[in-house]
Amino acid sequence: MIEQIVFYLFAAMLIFSASMVVVSRNPVHAALFLILSFFATSAVWLILQAEFLAITLVLVYVGAVMVLFLFVVMMLDINQVVVKEGFARHVPIGVGIAILMVIAMGLVVGSDYFLAEPYIAKEQLDPNYSNARELGLAIYSKYLFQFEIAGIILLVAIIAAITLSMSKVKINKSINPDKQVFVKKQDRLRVIKMAAEKKDSEA
Amino acid sequence: MLEIIYQFISDQVLSPITALIVPSDYQAHALIVLQTVIKILSVLVPVLVTVAYFTYVERKVIGFIQGRIGPNRVGFFGFSLWGLGQPIADAVKLIVKEIVIPTGSNRFLFVIAPVLSLAPSVAAWAVIPFDDTKVIADINASLLYVLALTSLAVYGIIIAGWASNSKYAFLGAMRSAAQIVSYEIAMGFALIGVLIAAGSLNLGDIVNAQSGSVVHWFWLPLFPLYIIYFISGVAETNRAPFDVAEGESEIVAGFHVEYGGMAFSVFFMAEYANMILVAVLSAILFCGGWLSPVQGIPVLEDLFAWVPPILWLLAKTSFFMFLFLWLRATFPRYRYDQIMRLGWKVFIPLTIVWVIVVSALVVTNVPPWFD
Repeated sequence: MIEQIVFYLFAAMLIFSASMVVVSRNPVHAALFLILSFFATSAVWLILQAEFLAITLVLVYVGAVMVLFLFVVMMLDINQVVVKEGFARHVPIGVGIAILMVIAMGLVVGSDYFLAEPYIAKEQLDPNYSNARELGLAIYSKYLFQFEIAGIILLVAIIAAITLSMSKVKINKSINPDKQVFVKKQDRLRVIKMAAEKKDSEA
Repeated sequence: MLEIIYQFISDQVLSPITALIVPSDYQAHALIVLQTVIKILSVLVPVLVTVAYFTYVERKVIGFIQGRIGPNRVGFFGFSLWGLGQPIADAVKLIVKEIVIPTGSNRFLFVIAPVLSLAPSVAAWAVIPFDDTKVIADINASLLYVLALTSLAVYGIIIAGWASNSKYAFLGAMRSAAQIVSYEIAMGFALIGVLIAAGSLNLGDIVNAQSGSVVHWFWLPLFPLYIIYFISGVAETNRAPFDVAEGESEIVAGFHVEYGGMAFSVFFMAEYANMILVAVLSAILFCGGWLSPVQGIPVLEDLFAWVPPILWLLAKTSFFMFLFLWLRATFPRYRYDQIMRLGWKVFIPLTIVWVIVVSALVVTNVPPWFD
């Protein structure tokens, strides 16, 4: 009973925050609502006894990805009038896509593959059952090949992103600390000997 | 001792209360809830008192290091008592001060930001083991939980900087966001080394994996990770010499420049609570947690057998807390590009290399740690 109350609480929070991501005008508010919806999702996963995935969701998405996201969104100066201008023009396409998605969702939920039965009575798992261990065994034995392909794709994406950002910068202003440390006084400073000057009145 | 007090409260106070108030069907549940509340309070109240007196100790220690006396006036009942009343006087002053909310700020986010920065650092204590049995929530993935919560502390700072609608606050928030994200990677890799060495994500199991003697603790096989973890911890908590998010000399007070009174002091408490958390985690992950440092030494081991394990943990934690103050009194503030260089170009490659070294040590069962 308590589990259901908790579930409905977080499910309602999830739906509310997810719709606020779309509705809210201010992009920073939208990003913050997205964070809230990640939290609600993680709570729902905890109810499903997937504690490893729940904590990883918070760690990766909330702790790292969304920080960078907020970082960028806060610095953008988005003109709200321009954003709202295109609304009437895009309505027909938007409504069409929405109808298609509703049909697709209806087909998936109503089909034979997604009956509610297997999800109803989830047994209490053994207290010593380790989520992380099971996941690790599955990833590193059964799905090793797929996992490695995913890793390579990510590596390529990282290298591509770095190359793209480096190619635009013509002058690299980065400082070489080795050079800084080994600079000597003689390299930078020149002491010139010259006779003391006198004011005209004294001369 | 602590168990006896807890048992007394549980049996003599909580059970009769639940029997009186709660309907008989739910009594067992209600008792568990009340017992948990008592456990939480028994951790939370000491943590917050430590936060208050940590500020006093900081002023005293830095005073002594710089040849000053530090606060020595405020005491109790006419006795100055080396200034022990100072934190309480500060708290009273901050509570009665007005909280000014700037015009043009986002009121809701402005008020909620300090709470968001304090809550994760306090919530992380739920999984900290003080002893073989003394832990509020003994969960499997407690190390991940701690890492997730410490990564949330940055939101309080970012939201404070943005909601204040002030340039200095915003600059401080941006600096802090970039810095925390950078050092979190090094910190995460350091923790990966720990969990490879211990073979568990549970903090209690990690401590038990270090038992044996001082050389069995993970500080020795994971020495670079140990140093990097602590330095990253200093950077994550925005403490000197990594306190560019505040940077008094450049951007006034950074992200909390618009805050006053209790709203400011909650940020202050969050910073100190985070420091204590990093200190206790360093003690647990690398210095054997509650394990005795004289373990395995023939005569001394018996001499110190009476010491309760929790005292060893507190002693180690105090040492790391002192290290924070020592660092602050010793080093000038880092330049911003040097902070980034240290995080990305020194710490991250080093941790990656050492994770591989640790994996090799574990696979080849190198004694005395991994046999």
